[in-house]
Amino acid sequence: MTVWEMAKQRDAYGEALVELGRERDDIVVLGADLAGSCRLKKFGDEFPERMFNVGIAEQNMTGVAAGLALSDKTVFSSTFAVFATGRAYDQIRQSIAYPKLDVKIVSTHAGITVGGDGASHQMLEDIALMRVLPNVKVVAPADFHESRKATFAIAEEEGPFYMRMGRSSVPIITEEDDPFEIGTATKVKEGDDVTLIGTGIMVSRCLKAAEILDKQHDIGARVLNMSTIKPLDEDKIVESAKETGGIVTAEEHVVSQGMGSGIAQVLSESNYHVPMKRVGIPNVFGESGGSEELMEKYGLTAEHIVESAHDVLERR
Amino acid sequence: MVFGGTEQMPPLDDSKVEELEEIARRVRVHVVKSTHEAGSGHPGGSLSATDILTALYFEIMDHRPEEPEWPKRDRLALSKGHAAPALYGVLAEAGYFPVEELMTLRQLGSRLQGHPHVRTTPGVDASTGSLGQGLSIAAGMALSAKLDRESYQVFAICGDGEMQSGQIWEAAMFSSHNKLDNLTVFLDRNMLQIDGSTEEVSSIEPIISKWNSFGWHVLEIEGHDMSQIYDAVEKSKEVHGQPTIIIAHTIKGKGVPFMEGSLAFHGKAANDEELEKALEALGEKDEDLEGGE
Repeated sequence: MTVWEMAKQRDAYGEALVELGRERDDIVVLGADLAGSCRLKKFGDEFPERMFNVGIAEQNMTGVAAGLALSDKTVFSSTFAVFATGRAYDQIRQSIAYPKLDVKIVSTHAGITVGGDGASHQMLEDIALMRVLPNVKVVAPADFHESRKATFAIAEEEGPFYMRMGRSSVPIITEEDDPFEIGTATKVKEGDDVTLIGTGIMVSRCLKAAEILDKQHDIGARVLNMSTIKPLDEDKIVESAKETGGIVTAEEHVVSQGMGSGIAQVLSESNYHVPMKRVGIPNVFGESGGSEELMEKYGLTAEHIVESAHDVLERR
Repeated sequence: MVFGGTEQMPPLDDSKVEELEEIARRVRVHVVKSTHEAGSGHPGGSLSATDILTALYFEIMDHRPEEPEWPKRDRLALSKGHAAPALYGVLAEAGYFPVEELMTLRQLGSRLQGHPHVRTTPGVDASTGSLGQGLSIAAGMALSAKLDRESYQVFAICGDGEMQSGQIWEAAMFSSHNKLDNLTVFLDRNMLQIDGSTEEVSSIEPIISKWNSFGWHVLEIEGHDMSQIYDAVEKSKEVHGQPTIIIAHTIKGKGVPFMEGSLAFHGKAANDEELEKALEALGEKDEDLEGGE
């Protein structure tokens, strides 16, 4: 089995923000008492006049971000995923998405790998909340390098973005100089028997699942990294359905209305109604536990993806 | 109790006051006619904010109707977005778009949405409508002016029912913490919200000490008096290191006797008969009426 180096996505984000700050003086960063956890402090140290900690006031943070963007700033507004999207949903909808402002809501601590904090802090519905909002694009980088590149990419493209990252260290599966483009899925492994589509930290698990399928079952699984959840790369989805005849999706999110649901919608309106299985969390709340214990209990390991691939192949 | 101006700057002279009052009268006519034509809208809260909006756009704010996005302009977030008909009336009178367009309010394809939208209407600086959010947006704009060392002023108009919203107090803390002395807020204190009196629904009093304790400079005026509105803003500009809130005592439905202090016209437009009565009360001549549409 391939062994990858591990790193935290939010570390990459924090470093990228500093570089962006050096390149552009219109970048303003907002935090809500989680500036340390979200890795905003380096930016704040170097550009204290452009970093504001609003305190535990996510609704105000979102509105202030709107006001700054209305005055030609590009704003990065960061906190934990649960507060960033849930606590301030109406503010994102009314004050940012509707007027299509240049605000990047970048969350950390998305998903169940938050671990011990439990259900109150394990945001499993943020993709659903954000992908339904008009004008908002949704990005979930797979690893350290992609988190860095995605930060630059969303700064470059004007308009509202939601970007989600996790708390924990995750495998580095991409190369520093791999291209990254918003709206483009990347094929991270070739294969013709079935396609595994992962987003965020589940891409590495798809790769691991593909290795198991290859070595133990002689099944050639293709792996797509769907780093942009909205807009989905429909061409690559349909092409993979056509070429491999089966799709497994994987996300650290409830399966209802997440990336997999989006892909199911794309396929249902295409000419390739191939068997499909969504790996993710059922429509339940999480609980306290170790990250890996939770991933095991809630069905998010490579083995779960392998199992789903077999299910898809049997139904073909 | 009522703020009376300062020695330093000349108060508005009588002819200016009269001029502003005449513009406000025309804006009130626009409010009742446009909501009547739309068959819906919020005339009560629009009429209570009309004098403040008129004084802002015709005397106080530095802005360019011919260049709505002039970067150095003073800005306004109408946090009580349901008063859009009054804002639209003022913007049309100021020349941002034709007065005739007011009659398209709330209609399909109109630039005049039911609540203000920055992407559709020239002169609108913020999208509002979900109460409690406009003050944060105004604070963000004021912060941006500070960052850019620009001297533009940012204004917000909040409703009194809106004071019940938690985000207002988040924004209140943020604004004083960041010493946003370029932010001036009007509280349109007309005492009523859709379900009844603010004090019966969920009391906001003592509102002055609340804002004082949040670190704001607080002024109190009669919100239908042009001189007091003007003087209060002038006074707010002299305050350094603190944002200002002007508690403006107003009358819901002001200018239309049967709407004054009436809950019924919070969110309901005048019918044909009521429109006629309203226009008569506003001194609108018949020929102007026929010329409308």
